[in-house]
Amino acid sequence: MLLIKFLVAAIGASTPLLFGTLGEICSEKVGHLNLGVEGMMSIGACAGFMVGMQSDSFLLALLCAFAAGVMSALIYAVLTVTFLADQNVSGLTLTIFGVGLANFIGIYMLERTEDGTLKLGEGITQAIRAVHIPGLSDLPVVGELLFSYSPFVYLGIVAAIAVSLFLSRTKAGLNVQAIGHNPAAADAAGINVTFWKYTMILLGGGICGVGGAYCSMIINSGVWISDNVGGLGWISVALVIFAKWRPVYAIWGAFIFGALRVLKYYVPNTVVSLPTAFYDMLPFAMTALILVISSIRKKRDRNLPGNLGVNYFREER
Amino acid sequence: MIRVVKTKEKSSRQMMLIRLGAFVLALCAGGLFVLALGYNPLEIYGTILSGAFRSEMAIQSTIKFMIPLLIAALGVTLSFKMKFWNIGGEGQIIMGAVFASYFALYHANWPFPVLFVAMLLGGIVGGGLWALIPAFFKTRFGTNETLFTLMLNYIALYLVSWLQEGPWRDPNANGFPKIPSFAPDTTLPKVLGVQMGWIIALILTAVLFVYLKYTKHGYEIAVVGQSKATAIYAGMRVDRIVMRTMFLSGAVAGICGMVQVTGSDKTLTTGVAGGVGFTAIIIAWLAQLNPLGSLVIAFLFAVLEKGASVVQSEFGLAIDCADVLQGVILFFVLGCEFFIRYRFVIDGAAPKKGGKTDAAH
Repeated sequence: MLLIKFLVAAIGASTPLLFGTLGEICSEKVGHLNLGVEGMMSIGACAGFMVGMQSDSFLLALLCAFAAGVMSALIYAVLTVTFLADQNVSGLTLTIFGVGLANFIGIYMLERTEDGTLKLGEGITQAIRAVHIPGLSDLPVVGELLFSYSPFVYLGIVAAIAVSLFLSRTKAGLNVQAIGHNPAAADAAGINVTFWKYTMILLGGGICGVGGAYCSMIINSGVWISDNVGGLGWISVALVIFAKWRPVYAIWGAFIFGALRVLKYYVPNTVVSLPTAFYDMLPFAMTALILVISSIRKKRDRNLPGNLGVNYFREER
Repeated sequence: MIRVVKTKEKSSRQMMLIRLGAFVLALCAGGLFVLALGYNPLEIYGTILSGAFRSEMAIQSTIKFMIPLLIAALGVTLSFKMKFWNIGGEGQIIMGAVFASYFALYHANWPFPVLFVAMLLGGIVGGGLWALIPAFFKTRFGTNETLFTLMLNYIALYLVSWLQEGPWRDPNANGFPKIPSFAPDTTLPKVLGVQMGWIIALILTAVLFVYLKYTKHGYEIAVVGQSKATAIYAGMRVDRIVMRTMFLSGAVAGICGMVQVTGSDKTLTTGVAGGVGFTAIIIAWLAQLNPLGSLVIAFLFAVLEKGASVVQSEFGLAIDCADVLQGVILFFVLGCEFFIRYRFVIDGAAPKKGGKTDAAH
C-alpha cells in the first residue's frame, strides 16, 4: 500500500504547482511572461494564512489569498501593460518584493503573539484537511485515491478544467489567445487588448495567490514559517513550458513534479540510499533537464503565444 | 480617449529629475506602509540612516554589507547588458564559494599569497563554469536561460547542503550538520577595519567600467544586447561572445562568493548567497547597467540593509523590510521610465499641433 500512499502524497504535493502553473498560463496567454509567480504566491500565502488564522474561515482565507494575488499581479500589470516596462525585470522585482513582504508580515505578526508561533485554528484546520464523503471515502483504494484530499486539490483540478474550457471553448478565450499571438492583429479586429491583458494577468495572479495559500496553510501543518513557498513558484513558471501552455496538461505536469517532491519519503532505504539533498534537488534538476530537452526538440509549439515577452505599444504596430 | 505617444528625447537632467522623483515617491510609499503598521516613518528612516553611520563600527559594517552586493551587481551587469537574463547569480555565488572553500578547508597549510590566488581562481572557475552551462545550452539549442539559471541556483544550494551533511561535515559539531570554520590564517585580512573584499570590489568596478566602455569586447556585448541581427550582420560571432561574457559574469559572481566565505562568513553555509544574487539584479538595473552607478546604488542598498538590521533590533520590524523597500523603489523607477520615453495625450481635448509624433495615429 506504499504505492497508494505515495500517489496520494504526490497529488497533494502537486497542488501548489498546479495553481502556480495555471496562473502563469493565464498571464502568458496574453503574451506576458510574469516571473513574479513566486512573489504572488508568497503574498497569497501570507494573506490566506493571516486571514485564516484570525477569522477561522476557510472561504474567507481563500478569497483573501485570491484578492492578494490579484493585487500583487496588478503591480505587474500596471508596469508592463500600461507603462511598457521590461517584463523580466518587473516580474523578478515582484518576486523579491513579494517574498520579502510575506516574510516581513510573518515576523511582524510573530512578534505580537504570546507563544512565539503562528498556528491556524481548529475550525479552519478541519476545513482544509482531507474531505470525508460518507460511503465514497471509505471505499478501499478508490476512496483513498479519489476522495481523500484537501478541498484545495479539487479546487485546483476544477480551476484547470475551467480555464481550459474558457480558453478553447469561448469566444473571449479565443480572443485572449489571439492577443498572445499577435496583439496588433487582435487590436485591429476590435478586441480590447488592454482590458483582456489586465483581466488575464490579474486572474493569473489570483490563482497563484490561492496556490500560495496551500503552501502556508497545509505544507507545514498550519504553522507559519518564513519562505514557505520555497521555490515552488519558480518550478511553476518552468512547468508552463512542460505543460505546453495547456491547462489540462498542467495537471499531469504538476503531478509528476509533486511526485518528485515527495519521493524521498517513499523510497525504501534498502533499495536506493541517496543523501536527502539529492532528493530535494531532483525537481529542480528535472526542470532544468526538461528545459534543455524541450529546446533541443526545436519544434515550435503551436500553443506558445507568439508574442510572449514583448510589450504591445499601439503606435508602433 | 487617452492614448500613449512617444515624446521627444529628454535631456539627461530631466531624466535624472524624473528618476529622483520616482525614488522620492517610492520612499513615500514605503513610509505609508510603515505608517499603516503604526510606526512613525520619519523615525524609521532616521534610524536607518543613523544606524548605518552612527559609529565607525557601523560604517564598517555597512561597507561589509556593500561588498557582496556590489560584486554580484557587477556580474549581473555583464550578462544583462547582453540581454542574457542571468538570474542565476545566487548559484554562481554559491559555486564560487564552494570552490574557494575547498582550498580554505583542505589546503590551509599553503602560504597565504598562494592560497589567496588559489581561492580567487577557485571562485572564478566555480562561478564561471556554473554560468557557462546555461550559456552553452542557450547558444546551442536556444534553451530558456531565465529558468535554467534559476534552476541551477537550487541545484547549487542543495549541493552545499549535501556537502555539509556528508563529505565536508564537521566531525566536531556534535552531530550538527555544518562545515567546519576556516582556519584563521586562511581568511581574508582586514584593511581599515573591513575585510579586504572592498578593495577587490573597487578594483572590479574600475576594471569592468573600462572593459564595458572602452574595449572591443565591451562594444560587442553592447551590440549583441541591442540587436543580435546587427551583431551577426557586422560579422560578430555571437555565440562566442555570449559564452565568453557569461563565463565572465559567473566568474565575477564567483569572486563574490569567494570574498563572502573567506572574508565575512569564514565558513561555507547554505546561506552564503542569501538573496544577494537577486538584489544584485535590482541594483544593476537601477544603475542602468553602469558599473560606476552600481557602486553608488550598492552603497545606498547597503545603508538600507544595515539600517534595516538596526531597525529590526530597535523596533522589532524584520530585516525583510529592506527587500520590500528595494522592490518598491524599483517598481517606481521602472514605472517612471515610461514618462521618460512616452506621454499620455487625450484625444479631442488637446488641439492637434500636427507634430510628428502626434500625427502617427
